[in-house]
Order: sequence, then structure tokens, then C-alpha cells
Amino acid sequence: MTFRSAVITFPGSNCDRDMADALEKVSGAPVTRVWHGDADLPAGLDFIALPGGFSYGDYLRSGAMAARSPIMQAVIAAANRGVPVLGVCNGFQVLTEAGLLPGALLRNAGMNFVCREVRLTVENSQSLFTARYEAGQEIVIPVAHHDGNYFADDATLDQLEGEGRVAFCYAEEVNGSARQIAGVLSAAGNVLGMMPHPERMIEAEQGGTDGRALFESAVKALVSA
Amino acid sequence: MKVRVFVSLKNGVLDPQGRAIHHAIEGLGIDGVKDVRAGKMIELDVEDSVTDSQLEEMASKLLANMVIENYRIERLAA
Repeated sequence: MTFRSAVITFPGSNCDRDMADALEKVSGAPVTRVWHGDADLPAGLDFIALPGGFSYGDYLRSGAMAARSPIMQAVIAAANRGVPVLGVCNGFQVLTEAGLLPGALLRNAGMNFVCREVRLTVENSQSLFTARYEAGQEIVIPVAHHDGNYFADDATLDQLEGEGRVAFCYAEEVNGSARQIAGVLSAAGNVLGMMPHPERMIEAEQGGTDGRALFESAVKALVSA
Repeated sequence: MKVRVFVSLKNGVLDPQGRAIHHAIEGLGIDGVKDVRAGKMIELDVEDSVTDSQLEEMASKLLANMVIENYRIERLAA
């Protein structure tokens, strides 16, 4: 079975090519590129990725405009049908603004744009996106963001932790995120949002391959399903 | 008719921008400022036919993120 995936491009996305490249290299299948103004997704998708960047110039709030774009109505419908959706960086911000994930991403506590490799801990190794990691494994993935400070109220944070929906935590101080959260899963487990960029760590030439297992997890789960 | 929507961070939500502004105010040598919170004001020019509930909808669904922000709507006399 062929892995059918799509990467959404918004005006101001700048990691969409990297995301498509990672998906193509890991899955061996072509990736459909979809424009924000399209109303429909290709039929029969196995996987949708929302890339990093500065959609709509981060006007109003990061991800706010993109979350209300025509294609996001189709992405929300697909996510609610159970189609896996990965949002990285700006894609994570879009997912929270669209209501597919709880919480919000605030300005980094230190006010600085943070662009460097960071250490993460894999908190949940059972999910569709993380099955090929070990629980507690430490990995190195780069971040590049200004608004990555994850915020949710205490009840929501307790619920996320209690339900195993924290996929990744920072293993060092990065941006002031509540409980060091770097990536969260939806209640159904088919939506993952994360600030670090796994698509930038899939082959040795990029300086590391710790992001590759995320894509391998999804491809393996979906192609063998 | 002009309408102003004031969007502010909820109490308890960290505001690093406000903190940086506070720090800069102290740099002016002015004492007595206890706290600074930064928000935004969005001014709309709307037809009289736009209802209060439509303004509420705009504010709650788009202009403010209700997870972290509050809003206040002010209609300005023409």
C-alpha cells in the first residue's frame, strides 16, 4: 500500500519543502502539496502535515489566520474522522488556534527567538507518531521559534499528563513552557503538535537523525494497517 | 460606526512583553510603576446593522484567543 500524505502550504510557510522532503524520503511515496486557499484535500489521505513558518505573517496571533483559512476546515473535518495530522512549530500553533489541540503558544518567556538544537525526552512511546522511540529516550531536535511557550490551565495540564498526551518534553529550559511540554497529542491520539522540527533531523547530512523515527512510526503504522 | 475591541491577556498568563516594557520604563528613571500588561486594540468601522452578538462572535472566535485572552468591546459614538 502506498502512503498518501499531504503538506499544507500557507502564505508565509517556510518549512513546507523540508516537511515534504522528509515524508517522501521516509515513505518512498510522493507527497501532495496543498495550498491554503483550496477548499478540499485529496481523497483518501493517510497523513496531513502542517509545516513551520510564519503563516500570514503571524498577524493577530501566530497561527490565528491560518486556522480560519479554507483548507483548515477540511483539515479539521479530516482530523475529526481520525486522519493523522502532524503540526510542527507554526503548524502546532495553527492546531491550537483551530481547536484541534488544547492550550496556546505564548511568546517565549525570555522574549528571544530561540533557534538551536535542544534535548527532548520522549514521554509517550505508544502513539502513532512515537512508537519507534523508547519511553524516556532522550533525542536531539532543533527548535526555531518566538512563540513556543506552551500554556494551558492546570486542569488541562493534569489531564494531558494523566492521559499520556504529552508526547515530548524539553529536557532543558527552552522557552518557559508549562511543565516543559514540547509536544501534545489529541484525545484520540491522531493529532500531534510539537514545536521542535523533526523534519530537520532525518538524515546524517542534517547533523542528526533523531527525527526520522517519528515519520517512520507514522508510515509503518499506516502502511501496515 | 467605529468599534474598538480591546484584547488583553488573562490574569495569570505570563506576559514577557509587558515585563520588558516595565523594565524599559524603569530605565526612564520613573519609579512607582507596579506592573505592566501589554494588550492590543483593534478598531473596526462597521455598518450600523452589525449587531452586538456579531461583534461578540468576531471577538470571541477570532480577535481574542479565549484560552489566554479576554476582550472588551466599545462602540464609539459617531
